[in-house]
Amino acid sequence: MNAAAVPALSVRDAHKRFGAVHALKGVSLDAYRGQVLALLGDNGAGKSTLVRCISGVHALDEGEILLDGEAVALSTPAQARRAGIETVYQDLALFDNLTPAQNFYCGREISFPRWLPRPLRFLNARAMDQEAASVIDRLKVKLPKFDAPVALMSGGQRQAIAVARATVFARNVVILDEPTAALGLRESRKVLDLVHQLRDEGNAVILITHNMEHVIELADRAVVLRQGHKVGELKPERANQHELVSLIVGAEA
Amino acid sequence: MSDTTRQRDISSGAPAGGRAQASASLSPVAFGLRLLNFGPLLILALLVVVFSVLTPNFLKPGNLSNILAQTAVIAIVAMGQQLVILTRGIDLSVGANLALATVVGGLVFRATDGSGFVVITAMLLAGTAVGLVNGLVFVFGRLPHPFIMTLATLSICRGLALQFSINNTTMRGMPDAVLFLGETSALGVPNSFYVVLGMALIVLVMTKSMVWGRWTYAVGGNPKAAVEMGISVKWVLVSTYAFAGLCAGIGAVVLSGRTGAGSPLYGTLLELDTIAAVIIGGASFLGGRGHIGHALIGALMIGVIRNALNLLNVGVFYQMIAIGVIIVVAVEADVMRSYLEGRARNQAARAQ
Ligand SMILES: Nc1ncnc2c1ncn2[C@@H]1O[C@H](COP(=O)(O)OP(=O)(O)O)[C@@H](O)[C@H]1O
Ligand SMILES: [Mg+2]
Repeated sequence: MNAAAVPALSVRDAHKRFGAVHALKGVSLDAYRGQVLALLGDNGAGKSTLVRCISGVHALDEGEILLDGEAVALSTPAQARRAGIETVYQDLALFDNLTPAQNFYCGREISFPRWLPRPLRFLNARAMDQEAASVIDRLKVKLPKFDAPVALMSGGQRQAIAVARATVFARNVVILDEPTAALGLRESRKVLDLVHQLRDEGNAVILITHNMEHVIELADRAVVLRQGHKVGELKPERANQHELVSLIVGAEA
Repeated sequence: MSDTTRQRDISSGAPAGGRAQASASLSPVAFGLRLLNFGPLLILALLVVVFSVLTPNFLKPGNLSNILAQTAVIAIVAMGQQLVILTRGIDLSVGANLALATVVGGLVFRATDGSGFVVITAMLLAGTAVGLVNGLVFVFGRLPHPFIMTLATLSICRGLALQFSINNTTMRGMPDAVLFLGETSALGVPNSFYVVLGMALIVLVMTKSMVWGRWTYAVGGNPKAAVEMGISVKWVLVSTYAFAGLCAGIGAVVLSGRTGAGSPLYGTLLELDTIAAVIIGGASFLGGRGHIGHALIGALMIGVIRNALNLLNVGVFYQMIAIGVIIVVAVEADVMRSYLEGRARNQAARAQ
């Protein structure tokens, strides 16, 4: 593992409020290329909020986000995606009425002619279908009906589609918000393999999960949030598993 | 349309793209879904059969041409309504918007005395402008739902149309170009039918082949995800309402052409007719699902029912009751479809 000196993504002193709720209270973290960073914390700790700020869905109230050491304004999800940040959202962000291929390319359709503004362009449906099919194939995701709307697919299949979508476009930073939450053992394994693969391809991976086994197996470092504060950062190992858990739940270690 | 029909075939477990799924197509859930997808078309066919048995005049070419002419305005405006409903919205202002556009057309006709081009452009611009206002205030005024905004423009447009029409009532006179579109026939079919056909083709291309159309489906399917996927949901919505307004403007041209007049009284309850057309045609009231064919089938159903009940001398009140009952059936079918899809999903999970 050759982590570059400059983190692919840095968050500095991030604050986010929703009315009276102070969801992030000065959180900082660094994510390096070729590494997996686990983002841990109890429900309501602020993990998803942090993810949504990095992905351009929410704007930070204070603090800044740096990509390769440069401060960037990620004020829309489109900007974040163009900057190479891919996110698997906790709620999957799938369109039930669209097919897997249409879901893959939603928001960045392969289209022509290029000189027109994107909404006025024509869809290159065949290219998108082929591309998506080859990805689904490569990832060995089993879908019974590739051209049916995802409304008709099981929880595991849906989650696989959401993860696969992010892996196609991953260029820089990949964030997975509880990607194995709805999955059985075998399906979880597949997602973890994908996480491996994303890391090996040189992405900085941020993984949110409640599964300590996965954290110890995969993560190079772990950042723990509690009630919007960052309460610890350490290298997760079997030896400090208890310390990690008590950081998360806030008990005296 | 082909795209969605293909999806729908598959979602109902029918053989698709040469890939037969024998086991799925036999299951009662898949069969039910398939039946629901074709339901509106079946009901329309059934109505045609029943009415042609009940009244011999129904199938005469003159009467069929009549139905097309009577259906044209509802069909045109329903195409815009369908897109709005697809994005989880509603446009209550289309009828009043249409009335205002005919009045604008009538006034421009008098002021400029003649040019069909100018009058038609004025009507289309008036309709689009109202739709644009709907969309802009709804989106950037952060209103929770378009219901109130379009209710407000319904009132405003009707008021403007009544206030500014001469003597606050119907104004006779329209340029020849407008009359040509609304009144004349070619090949035994009213020209307004060709307007419907042309629009349907354009809308088909916009919704199925263009990125904009894909985005309207995305916004209707999951607005939150659409934001997360980087789609400018706000502008998709604004453009959708503007387009619905344009459709009202086109409807205004056709109606003015048929009647040779502009009137603040036109389009009364057209918003209900178009919403009903979209729903009984088989689109989902909850958004995200439906296509242009639904709007057209629904409009035709309404036209057929009205026409046949007229021929049968059934009073207009009973016509309203009949259409109301069909709306309830259609909405219930939509609920049923969601239920069956849930069942299909469970089957998919168990099949894994
Ligand atoms: N859009 C929002 N509006 C208001 N409050 C929110 C919003 N999103 C998150 N919160 C609040 O912020 C806190 C952190 O939530 P979240 O980031 O989802 O936690 P986690 O993902 O760690 O479980 C919670 O108290 C939650 O209720
Ligand atoms: Mg969360």
